[in-house]
Amino acid sequence: MALTLMKGSEAIAEAAIRAGARYFFGYPITPQTEIPEYMSARMPEVGGCFLQAESEVAAINMIYGAAGAGARALTSSSSPGVSLKQEGISYCAGAQLPAVILNVMRGGPGLGNIQASQGDYFQAVKGGGNGDYHLLTYAPASVQEAIDIMMYAFDKAEKYRIPVLFLADGIIAQMMEPVEMPEMVDYKIDPEKKPWACTGWKPGDDPAKRGVINSIYIDTETLSVHNDDLQACYREIIANEQQWEEYNLEGAEYVITAFGTVARIAKSAIAELKEQGINVGLVRPITVWPFPYDAVKKAAELPGVKAVLDVELNEGQMLEDVKIAINGAKPIDFFGHLGSQMPTTEEIVAKIISMKEGK
Amino acid sequence: MSVVFEKTKLLTDKQFHYCPGCNHGIIHRLVAEVIDEMNLDGKVIGVAPVGCSVFAYDYFNCDMYEAAHGRAPAVATGAKRVVGKDTLVFTYQGDGDLASIGTAEIVHAAHRGEKISTIFVNNAIYGMTGGQMAPTTLVGQKTTTSPYGRDEDWCGAPLKVSEMLAEVPCSYYIERVAVNNTPNIVKAKKAISKAFHYQMEGKGFTLVEVLSACPTNWGLSPVKAMEWLEENMIPYYPLGVKKDKGAE
Repeated sequence: MALTLMKGSEAIAEAAIRAGARYFFGYPITPQTEIPEYMSARMPEVGGCFLQAESEVAAINMIYGAAGAGARALTSSSSPGVSLKQEGISYCAGAQLPAVILNVMRGGPGLGNIQASQGDYFQAVKGGGNGDYHLLTYAPASVQEAIDIMMYAFDKAEKYRIPVLFLADGIIAQMMEPVEMPEMVDYKIDPEKKPWACTGWKPGDDPAKRGVINSIYIDTETLSVHNDDLQACYREIIANEQQWEEYNLEGAEYVITAFGTVARIAKSAIAELKEQGINVGLVRPITVWPFPYDAVKKAAELPGVKAVLDVELNEGQMLEDVKIAINGAKPIDFFGHLGSQMPTTEEIVAKIISMKEGK
Repeated sequence: MSVVFEKTKLLTDKQFHYCPGCNHGIIHRLVAEVIDEMNLDGKVIGVAPVGCSVFAYDYFNCDMYEAAHGRAPAVATGAKRVVGKDTLVFTYQGDGDLASIGTAEIVHAAHRGEKISTIFVNNAIYGMTGGQMAPTTLVGQKTTTSPYGRDEDWCGAPLKVSEMLAEVPCSYYIERVAVNNTPNIVKAKKAISKAFHYQMEGKGFTLVEVLSACPTNWGLSPVKAMEWLEENMIPYYPLGVKKDKGAE
């Protein structure tokens, strides 16, 4: 298949349509506005629905409505907008609704700036909204990877009945890369496959099959049972859905951990360090929830590895999970930037050299 | 033996949790009767709010959502865009839900001319949380968060939601009713029926505001509460059609 040069945001939007998404509800915010713009033109061509919501709050609640009726529904936003969506995301998690949510991260806190950032890692994997829930969270490092993940994101969301989150930094949405776009998937709402959805129950039908999209369980016992069910689902996801990339680990003296586009910069640094005779490996979590703890641990515990360097475009958020994974087995150092200043290849090279020199 | 009256199929057998003298029971019954009479063959989706009627999904015998506080019109929008014109989609919301935290969602559902219907139950107070001041609380009315009576200079005058939404270009039909006596109950049912029929004809956004008594949080007996509603609420919130594009 031929490669096409596409802008990240448009490629991700097209991939969502190819994956069967026919409902998009969103609100403009930089640096992801090209996604709703693309959807506004493209959805009518495929018989889908693009609707510009009055706010991110409304958009996620429209997702709640559309997903509850069995559709494949998508919303996208960037950091401050995703904060507004947290209420609805928690409700979707509580009501066990499958949906896909994109966060094209920008600098924060507050309005921050409109450049790339990885500052929403904590929000994505450690909470966000209220209550005990998780989102299956992917952190793509290239436009192609984002497309490929999108092609099965709805399947995963529907299999586990949970919202799936894309944690992409602004670079992914804004850069152009040659990509291969998969064929269109034929998705139709099937009440047999989604017996929980609101698809036209009538009095006289089996009362157990009435669509009730709900997250309130007022007595303690039923809420406890409901939460146990959610937790059992999360354990299944932890067991089955961890994804990561290992790179150049054989004979590595140091291991870098990084996610998203930062991991690509780390690869450039690894190539440069190799020329200087320093062998450095990389573990890149692709799912940041569930976090690949064992993979990071195994890499760090390789006999030749002296230390681990975590690199992020934030103040060290994934670093906490890296520390949990390694649990003191090897020294861990951190290099990162705030204010959306991308760490450079030279900086990562210099950091590894300083670690080697014991500085 | 001929049956002259029976329970509507559109209500489940679940026992209402509402307080004695609360009007939710009457309003639920009216909504359910209208839907039943429309013979929609299961093509009905209701959206319950947060507030006293949070458990409405247990009472209305159709596909139901329970929405976050104030968000019912956005949820209904998402559902309606999927299920299309053949399915009746309604929200059932109180004044704390719709007139305060949910103003953006209700205004913009009307603004888009969303083909949904809203049953807006206005009892001038937050019921479920125990009687706090709402945007609809009357001036001078005492609540647990306006213990000296609502002060217009401090927190404004009560919001007239129906009049406000009638001004939104794409709202289609807005009427305010009450269920304080039999003639008004009959009128309320007609209004709900009109709203739902307009929706099924694909006309546009419709809303019926129902003035409703809250004896528990008003601190009155059910009978006194009805009197209070007549003497205080109806003069400030006049009953009647605020907008009917179908009649123009």
